Amino acid sequence: MRKPFQGTLGPDVTHASSGPDDQSISRRRLLGGTLVGAVGAVGASAAAPLRDGQMGAPPREYNGAMPWREGAADAPFPAEPGGFRFFTPQELAFIEPAIDRLIPPDPTGPSASEANVHVFLDRQLAGLYGRGDHFYLGGPWPKGVPEQGYQSRLAPAQMYRQTIPAIERHVGGAYSGKAFKGLAPDQQDQLLKGLESGQLKLPDADGQAFFAMFLQNVLEGYFSDPLYGGNKDMAAWKMIGFPGAHYDYAEWALRHGERVPFPPVGIMGRPGWSAGG
Amino acid sequence: MAKQLPSVDAVLVGFGWTGAIIGQQLCDEGLQVLALERGVWRDTPTDFAPTFAQDELRYMWRHHLFQNLAQDTLTIRNNVNQQALPMRRLGSFLLGAGVGGAGIHWNGQIWRFLPSDLKARSHNLQRYGKAVVDAYDMTVQDYPVSWEELEPHYDMFEKICGTTGKAGNLRGQIQAGGNPFEGPRSDEYPNPPLPYTYGPALFAKAADNMGYKSFPQPTGNMSRPYTNPLGAQLGQCTYCGFCEKFGCGNYSKATAQTTILPYLMAKPNFTLRTECEVLKVERTPDGKRATGVTYINSAGETFFQPAEIVVLSAYVLQNVHLLLLSGIGQPYDPQTGQGLVGKNYAYQCTGAVNVFFDDKILNPFIGAGALAATVDQFNGDNFDHSGLGFIGGAYIAHSNTGGRPIEMIYTKPGTPRWGLKWKQEAAKNYLRSLSIQTHGSVMAHRGNYLDLDPTYRDAYGRPMLRMTFDFTDNERKMSAYITAKAAEIGQAMEGATAIKSSPRTGSWNVVPYQTTHNTGGAISGDNPRNSVVNKYLQSWDVSNLFIMGSGAFPQNAGYNPTGTVAALAYHSAAAIKDQYLKRPGPLVQA
Repeated sequence: MRKPFQGTLGPDVTHASSGPDDQSISRRRLLGGTLVGAVGAVGASAAAPLRDGQMGAPPREYNGAMPWREGAADAPFPAEPGGFRFFTPQELAFIEPAIDRLIPPDPTGPSASEANVHVFLDRQLAGLYGRGDHFYLGGPWPKGVPEQGYQSRLAPAQMYRQTIPAIERHVGGAYSGKAFKGLAPDQQDQLLKGLESGQLKLPDADGQAFFAMFLQNVLEGYFSDPLYGGNKDMAAWKMIGFPGAHYDYAEWALRHGERVPFPPVGIMGRPGWSAGG
Repeated sequence: MAKQLPSVDAVLVGFGWTGAIIGQQLCDEGLQVLALERGVWRDTPTDFAPTFAQDELRYMWRHHLFQNLAQDTLTIRNNVNQQALPMRRLGSFLLGAGVGGAGIHWNGQIWRFLPSDLKARSHNLQRYGKAVVDAYDMTVQDYPVSWEELEPHYDMFEKICGTTGKAGNLRGQIQAGGNPFEGPRSDEYPNPPLPYTYGPALFAKAADNMGYKSFPQPTGNMSRPYTNPLGAQLGQCTYCGFCEKFGCGNYSKATAQTTILPYLMAKPNFTLRTECEVLKVERTPDGKRATGVTYINSAGETFFQPAEIVVLSAYVLQNVHLLLLSGIGQPYDPQTGQGLVGKNYAYQCTGAVNVFFDDKILNPFIGAGALAATVDQFNGDNFDHSGLGFIGGAYIAHSNTGGRPIEMIYTKPGTPRWGLKWKQEAAKNYLRSLSIQTHGSVMAHRGNYLDLDPTYRDAYGRPMLRMTFDFTDNERKMSAYITAKAAEIGQAMEGATAIKSSPRTGSWNVVPYQTTHNTGGAISGDNPRNSVVNKYLQSWDVSNLFIMGSGAFPQNAGYNPTGTVAALAYHSAAAIKDQYLKRPGPLVQA
C-alpha cells in the first residue's frame, strides 16, 4: 500500500478505471456503493477514504464549530521508485528519444531524460491522470473546432498507448522499416513538427492532440516538484533560477535585482536538509 | 422517493463566498440557516498546509482543488451554428469546488466597479449615442443598483477581507497614490498596500513617467497581520508566489475560510451539509413561491428540504443551470430575443504583453496573487471612446503573482516552443521577463447566452448547461487598443530590450487560461421584462428565491468581479433583514 509522505489520508489511487463510456455507471456505483454515510451523523469515521475530487466522500453535517480532524492532511503521494509501471519497452523506445528532442542535452541544463521526465510520464500515466481523472470523457465525440479544445474520447494513458504505435507505423512506412529512435535528430524533429502542426496525419490516431498533451506533460515533468519523479536533483529549477517550494521571501521582496541565494527546495526537502540527510 | 426533512428558515445552495456572506448575515438575525454544498469541507491545515501548498503540478495542472469535470461539466460553442461539445478539460476558466468554492484559489483582487459601469447603457448612450451602444448586436443595460447604494457594502467586504490598497477618491477628495478614477469611497482601505517587488516597481515608474497615475492594486493578500470585524485573524503574506490556482497555507489570503467561517461555523443556528447536491428548486403549484429544494447526497439518498427562503449561492453557471432545470422563468432565445434566463452571458477579455530584460534579475517567484502596479486610465469610460469603435475598457497591470515555471516562462517573439533554442531562451529569460496584463470588459451580446444542451446529460441524467459565447469586434477592438497602450508602457520600462504583445484576437477558445470571471444569465434589472432578479437579487417570479453571484451582472466590467459579487450579496442581505423578514413578498413592485 502506497503511503503519502505525510498525513494519513490521500487520494484513493486504487479505484477502478473509468473508461469513456462508464462515467455515469461509475458514478452510480459510487453513489450507491460502499461510501455510505448518513445525513444527521455529525462528522464521520476518520478512516473513511477521501477521494481526489469533490463527490463520493460520505455526506457529512457540521454544526457548532470549525471542523478539524487530526491527521487528515491531504498530502501528495510521491512517485514510487523502481521500474516502469506503464510504458512498454517499445513505447520507451519512442519516448526516450522524443523527450530529448523536446528538451535536448546541452551545457545549459539537463535534457528531459537526464531530468527523468520519462519516469515522471510513466508514473503519471499509470496513475489517476492517466485514467483521465478530471477529464470529461463521455460521448458522443464529434471532432469539433479547435476553440472547443480537447475532444478525444481517450484518457491520457489511452492516448499514449494508441498514438505511439501509430507514429511508429508511420515512421516504418516512411523510412523503410526504421523506428523513431533510428532516425537522425533532424528527421525526428521534422516528424514531431508534423504532429504539432497537424500536417502529418496519422490514419488511426490524432497526432496533433497527442503532441499537445505530450509537450505539456514533458514540461510538467521537467519543471514540477521532484516528488513526482521528474526534475531530478531539481536541476531544471537550478537551470532557470527557481528556488522551488520556498515558503517565505518576505525579507527579499524589497531587495530589487539581487540574486536570491537559496538552493532549490522541494516539498520533501532537499539533500542534506534534515539531520538524516 | 425523497425523504422530507424538517423545515429551515433559509436554505443556501452552494457554500462559497456568497453563501458564507448571506449565511453570516441571516444567522446574525437569528434565522435557522442550512447550507447545502455538493463538495467537501476544506480548510488550511488539512487541504493546503504550507508543507505541501507550493505544488504547481498538483494544483494548477492536475486541478486538485478545482471542479472535477469527470463529475460535472457543461457544453461550449462559439455560436448557434455550431454543435456545442463538452468542456472535457478545464482551461479558459478554472471552476472551484467544495466549501469556499473558487474563492479558495483566487488571487484576491478586490475591485469595485466604476459608478459609470453600473450605468453602462444610459451613460454610454448619453455620451456616444444609440448607434454606438447598440453596435455589434449588443444588449447592454444598466444595473438596477447605484454606486451610492453599493458603496457601504463594498466597504464592508473590504474590511472583512482586510483589503490592502490606497484610496484614490476619499469622500470626493482625490488622493495621491490611489486610483483617481474610482468612485468616492467612504473610507480608506483597512490595510496599506503590499510593497512592490521589482517588476511592479519598474512598471509603476514607467507608467508614471508617461503621465499615467499608477497605483497598487487592492488585494486580499495581507500586508500586515489583521483581525477583521468578525474576529477572524489573518497573517502577513510571505510572498511565496502560490496564490492564484492554489490555496494559501499561511492564512494570508482572504477566503471564506479565513474571514467568515470561523465565526459562522460556531453559530448554533447554522448547519452545513456537504456532499449534498441540489437537483431542483421546488415550488407551490402556482409557481410563485419556492417550497424548498430537492437534493441528493453522495450516498445516493434523496431528500426534500423545505425552507422559507431559498438562496442560490453556487457559482453563476450552477445557479443558472438550476434555474433552467427547475423551470423558473422563461429561457432566453437568441433568435427571438424573448426570454430572460440565460440571457447576457458575458466574460472577461484579457490580453498580455511580455517584457524582456537583459541585465535585470526580477525574481518573479517572489510574488503574491494581487501584488500589482495598475493603470486605470483605459478602463470603463475613463477615456474618450469617440471614434474608437468600442465601449468598455481594461485595466493595465503588472501583477507579480509568482514564477511557477510550468506556466510562467516567457520567451521572445520567434522562439520555438521546444528544442534546444527554446531551452536556452527559457533558461535565460525566466528571471529576466515579466507579463503585463490587460483585463477588460465584455459587453452583453444578443448571441451570447446559457441554456440547456439538447444532447449531453450530466451524472443525474439531466441536460448539461450549454454555453454559447464569442467575443465581438467590440472586445477585439478594445483589446487591440489597450494592449497597444500596455506595450508602450512595456517598451518604456527601464532596461526593457524586447516585448511580445498578445491582444485577444479571433474567437473565444476554451484551451488557454483567461479568467474565471463568468457573468450573466440571471441578470438584474429594474423590471421583470428586462431581468431575472431585482436589485436585491430577488427573483421577480418567485419572491422567496434570491440568486447571488455574478449572474446578476447585465454585462461584465473591466474589473475582477468578486468585490461586486460580495457587495451585491451584502446589499441583498440588508434588504432581506430590514425589509423582507418584516413583510415577505416582492421588495420591488413590478
